[in-house]
Amino acid sequence: MELKENITGNEKFPGIIHETPGGGIVVSTFDSVINWARSNSLWPLSFATSCCGIEMMSTASAKYDFSRFGFEVARASPRQADVIIIAGTIVNKMAPVLKRLYDQMADPKYVIAMGACAISGGPFFYNTYSVVKGADHIIPVDVYIPGCPPRPEALLHAMIALQEKIKMGMTREQIRTEFKTL
Amino acid sequence: MYNQTEVIKDTTELGPEGELVINMGPQHPATHGVLHLVVTLNGETIKKIEPHLGYIHRSIEKMCESLTYRQFIYVTSRMDYLSSHINNTACALLVEKGMQIEVPERAQYIRVILNELTRIASHELWLGAMAMDLGAFTPFFYAFREREMITDIMEDTCGARLTMNYIVPGGVMYDIHPEFQTKVKAFIKQFKEKVTEYEDLVTNNIIFQSRTKGVGVLSREDAISFGCTGPVARASGVSCDIRKIAPYDVYNKVEFDEVIETAGDSFARYMVRIKEMNQSIRIIEQLIDSIPEGEFVGKTKNVLKLPKGEFYQRVETARGEFGVYIVSEGGTTPHRIKFRSPGFSNLSALSHMAEGSKIGDLMATMGTLDLVIPDIDR
Amino acid sequence: MTNEEIKEYISSHAPSAIYDETGEWLNITIEATEWKKLAATIKEEPFQMDFLFCLTCIDWKTHLTMVYHLTSTILRHQLVIKANLNIDLPEINTVSNVWRTAEFHEREVFEMFGIQFLNHPDLRKLILEDDFKGYPLRKDFEDPINMIKL
Repeated sequence: MELKENITGNEKFPGIIHETPGGGIVVSTFDSVINWARSNSLWPLSFATSCCGIEMMSTASAKYDFSRFGFEVARASPRQADVIIIAGTIVNKMAPVLKRLYDQMADPKYVIAMGACAISGGPFFYNTYSVVKGADHIIPVDVYIPGCPPRPEALLHAMIALQEKIKMGMTREQIRTEFKTL
Repeated sequence: MYNQTEVIKDTTELGPEGELVINMGPQHPATHGVLHLVVTLNGETIKKIEPHLGYIHRSIEKMCESLTYRQFIYVTSRMDYLSSHINNTACALLVEKGMQIEVPERAQYIRVILNELTRIASHELWLGAMAMDLGAFTPFFYAFREREMITDIMEDTCGARLTMNYIVPGGVMYDIHPEFQTKVKAFIKQFKEKVTEYEDLVTNNIIFQSRTKGVGVLSREDAISFGCTGPVARASGVSCDIRKIAPYDVYNKVEFDEVIETAGDSFARYMVRIKEMNQSIRIIEQLIDSIPEGEFVGKTKNVLKLPKGEFYQRVETARGEFGVYIVSEGGTTPHRIKFRSPGFSNLSALSHMAEGSKIGDLMATMGTLDLVIPDIDR
Repeated sequence: MTNEEIKEYISSHAPSAIYDETGEWLNITIEATEWKKLAATIKEEPFQMDFLFCLTCIDWKTHLTMVYHLTSTILRHQLVIKANLNIDLPEINTVSNVWRTAEFHEREVFEMFGIQFLNHPDLRKLILEDDFKGYPLRKDFEDPINMIKL
């Protein structure tokens, strides 16, 4: 299914709530409730290597606030973060560090590749001996954001797309877990 | 895919008993990029700092040997991305010097106004990030409020917010839009009202002053010997502003002061940058009303070829002196380019400045050095 | 100081100097072996060149050329000094005892071009990985895995 049509923003709680005296009864599936809860509170890891990091900082500040979507608490330690936003170029010397950070994050974890450099090497594709041509050579990526650097609104759109992807059960994480149980 | 990552080879030597070696970075919220510092401590006192660079080395100098003279200018925007206009101006001036291209006055005025706006935006971001390192979260949002006004002006003029590919050899790419002067004047008015907020919040704060006064002292001889330029050197008493020594564009027609302090500590570096923002406002005020009419770009050939020889151009970015050195063999691509970045020399003074102080003071020292790591690694 | 005074003074200290005034600043080409003595002289009176602002190297395929850009914060004049090196065994004396900024710059030139700096306090790789093979900025550097040619 086409992901773009489904991006509407904040939806209501997935399920029907019956108010009964002494508590309530919620009729829903576990998966949709858990996905809804996870997607509305993703904590990013502060990982910015170069210019796209400045646009990420602009998205964090007051004009294009990303804490409205639940991303407010930017943790410094990978053990406490849910999503890693790769903002900037990855070079050969940084690649083992990125893999180590990704391994230290606890499941479920998601990855957003921001900017042309993280998608495919960007402006540094030809005639360079030290640039990794795309962050998905190192770790699996869920959402790609084009631009050099992308506007803060583009980063917000990608964050909402990630939330929709989680709610629909289509991130790499969830597909992998599904295949494991088959 | 989730299994063990192989252990990266550990090459630090073990010191004698009682010494602790810790790693700061490469992923750290306060290093402003990917800088790896190996700090040797004796208790809480720093004995030696060794920077490990190269985590963002994008081999720009090798790549530029296969780019033409119109293409390599925009790679410099990505090096020191907070002064992207100023870096582009350096490359454009070099090509104009080599090929004897005439730049019309209107383009020179526009270039200087955009350069000074970029300098203010860079210092605003430095202020916000440094205050956040020391634990104050509020100045970050106030600084970004002014910075967003500047990026709005840039977006209307150049089309992009951060890496604006607007300056070409011969002038600028398009003419400014009719609202440009109104918007810049509105920004100046707001900046002058709000700059007193920074005074109250940060400068007169007793905790900030006791964390930065007397911390990270760099003497005048050391600043010259280590090759420091920019606000780092000016806070130690060295007069090194390229806009005064070797003026380019219309800097010889405007009046502004070179801000020099003599204390050499972190508080002096902080005051130099705050006063420089005020001087930049003064420059913009002198130029904004008198932009002359005329062409916005000079006549150039389509394919640029620099004559055989060597050329060097120096400009003053927000961090110090940026130099571009081209050795040309007469073709369409340069034979060798070297970018002399200000952060490289400023970083080499860090170990000398921080020796003997406590680890808590390291943040104040590094924050006032204002390093942008892609500029250092190129 | 005028160019003539500089030329006289330098020729008395380094007799093999060749001068080139076609560029923006005076270029002096000397032998690599004379650099150690000349550097110490230039820093003191009467030149007072206390600021080394650019240190780099150029690969001409038959030989390498080291380039030093110097200026004085007191007298405000600039000078460019070059030294030609043999491509099979490039070595030159370090100047990090005269201008401390050269410590980092010479480490970078060492790893990019392979030039040995004699008496440098700590000559090892700065920017590249520790097990990088080859000297990237030389013209004969080939890396078929990483470099994608346009």
